[in-house]
Amino acid sequence: MSRKIGDVILDLQNISLRFGGVKALTDISFNIREHEVRAIIGPNGAGKSSMLNVINGVYHPQDGKIFYRGAERKKMEPHMAASTGIARTFQNIGLFKGMSVLDNIMTGRTLKMKSNLLLQALWFGPARSEELAHRRKVEEIIDFLEIQHIRKTPVGRLPYGLQKRVDLGRALAMEPQILLLDEPMAGMNVEEKQDMCRFILDVNDQFGTTIVLIEHDMGVVMDISDRVVVLDYGKKIGDGLPDEVRSNPEVIRAYLGAGH
Amino acid sequence: MGFFIETLIGGLMAGMLYSLVALGFVLIFKSSGVFNFAQGAMVLFAALAMARFSEWANHALGGDSLLLANLIAFVGAGLVMLLVAWVVERFVLRKLVNQEGATLLMVTLGITYVLEGIGQTVFGSEIYNIDVGMPKDPVLMFESVFEGGILINKEDFIAALIAALLVGLLSLFFQKTPVGRALRAVADDHQAALSIGIPLNRIWVIVWLVAGIVALVAGIIWGSKLGVQFSLATVALRALPVVILGGLTSVPGAIVGGLIIGVGEKLSEVYIGPMVGGGIEIWFAYVLALVFLLFRPQGLFGEKIIDRV
Ligand SMILES: Nc1ncnc2c1ncn2[C@@H]1O[C@H](COP(=O)(O)OP(=O)(O)O)[C@@H](O)[C@H]1O
Ligand SMILES: [Mg+2]
Repeated sequence: MSRKIGDVILDLQNISLRFGGVKALTDISFNIREHEVRAIIGPNGAGKSSMLNVINGVYHPQDGKIFYRGAERKKMEPHMAASTGIARTFQNIGLFKGMSVLDNIMTGRTLKMKSNLLLQALWFGPARSEELAHRRKVEEIIDFLEIQHIRKTPVGRLPYGLQKRVDLGRALAMEPQILLLDEPMAGMNVEEKQDMCRFILDVNDQFGTTIVLIEHDMGVVMDISDRVVVLDYGKKIGDGLPDEVRSNPEVIRAYLGAGH
Repeated sequence: MGFFIETLIGGLMAGMLYSLVALGFVLIFKSSGVFNFAQGAMVLFAALAMARFSEWANHALGGDSLLLANLIAFVGAGLVMLLVAWVVERFVLRKLVNQEGATLLMVTLGITYVLEGIGQTVFGSEIYNIDVGMPKDPVLMFESVFEGGILINKEDFIAALIAALLVGLLSLFFQKTPVGRALRAVADDHQAALSIGIPLNRIWVIVWLVAGIVALVAGIIWGSKLGVQFSLATVALRALPVVILGGLTSVPGAIVGGLIIGVGEKLSEVYIGPMVGGGIEIWFAYVLALVFLLFRPQGLFGEKIIDRV
């Protein structure tokens, strides 16, 4: 492994999350190290998406603490999480359907825009040249993801696999420290999956972005992740290197039990 | 023929104003999911502010320059609408985010009464005038083309022109500027917009401010024509069938819907009105919108709603 995995960047301690009577997460602790690819796996309904939603501030756990770069994080809203360098993609694709690929990815630059809102609104002077600089950055991302040919297409018209790629592009435009990917390869064919794996590894490798990945395809998970957390019914049942997790009897049981 | 075209043009001109007010509805609905029943009260409130500020400024300037007084009043009324936007976001939307549509609708009913109440307390409850120098006399045009020519009301024409200009500017703002892009993003998907760091709260203030400015312009136009009085609030609600027709989420729908309703109202008033004994313009728009709904429940340009089974 050429990448150097760093210190713990995000530390989740005893996280519990309930929706009314439903316990989505129960007393879960694990950490994420800088520059690693950290996978979260588990059967449907295990609480994986809830975990991501806790990390980027959509859900607020009733119990537990979160430390980001060593400091305890206060109650967080998604846009604040975004401003601390956490980006995400969505299990059900959260793209802006009416907008073009280019515009969608441009929205990812929102937090990087320095000129004030009024200037931006009037589309005036510095705001304009700034927009052009962001545009260049976005074009780089478009090249990187090999989607030049669909730059101007409204995303609603794209096939699912390409939408997932644009979703990734928008998150990358934020130049995040931590990238949360919720089933980025769901519903893809083998070839599309290979492309997506390559992009994820390249992002991790070239920009050093820490990646938290939810994925069902065990082959993919074993291939690209450094460490794996396993959830089942909202509880953590395994945590470690891919090989350790794979041979963990409880994990095997959970997966067999869920019909995998 | 000349008379028909005259009516048609009259309808289009009136319709442009409906489009403008309907745009206010659509913007707020798209970005915050609120059906803003208070739009009418905002028109009244803005017009009241404009009328009184202009009067006060004119008085303070010794009656020298009505233009300057009006400018000051316009800026002042704009600031008042900014304050309204800020208060609504801070004390209403922020508390009620993610509530049911019906709850939010009730809240805007509340905002309606608060605005009407405060408006009358602060600005008074008489009938006030707004004099922005709108020409009152009609002109005759195209005398060579049609027999008898076409009579065009200059005031309506200028009003339509201003409304069209504002609609155009707003469209540009939404399509071309970064803030417009952020607004469209919020309208499309709240969660995703938040996750990339678009501050929803600030976006709401901007949207309500834009709706407030729209209300101000409509209030000035209607107010200078009809006088600033309580009924202005109901005039603005004439734009309701426009949003039903155009689809709550569609900007082009609001524009085209406004024109259709404007033309429909005028034509029905002239051609069907005499048969049913007048008063038709009050209910015709709703009937038109309802008939339309039977065929396209999602509105003119609204997205087709497909229930997931
Ligand atoms: N917003 C919510 N409201 C109520 N229950 C929820 C919500 N989000 C998730 N849950 C529940 O939490 C549990 C875990 O869901 P989720 O995190 O989506 O699982 P996974 O992503 O592992 O499939 C499920 O029982 C789900 O129904
Ligand atoms: Mg999930």
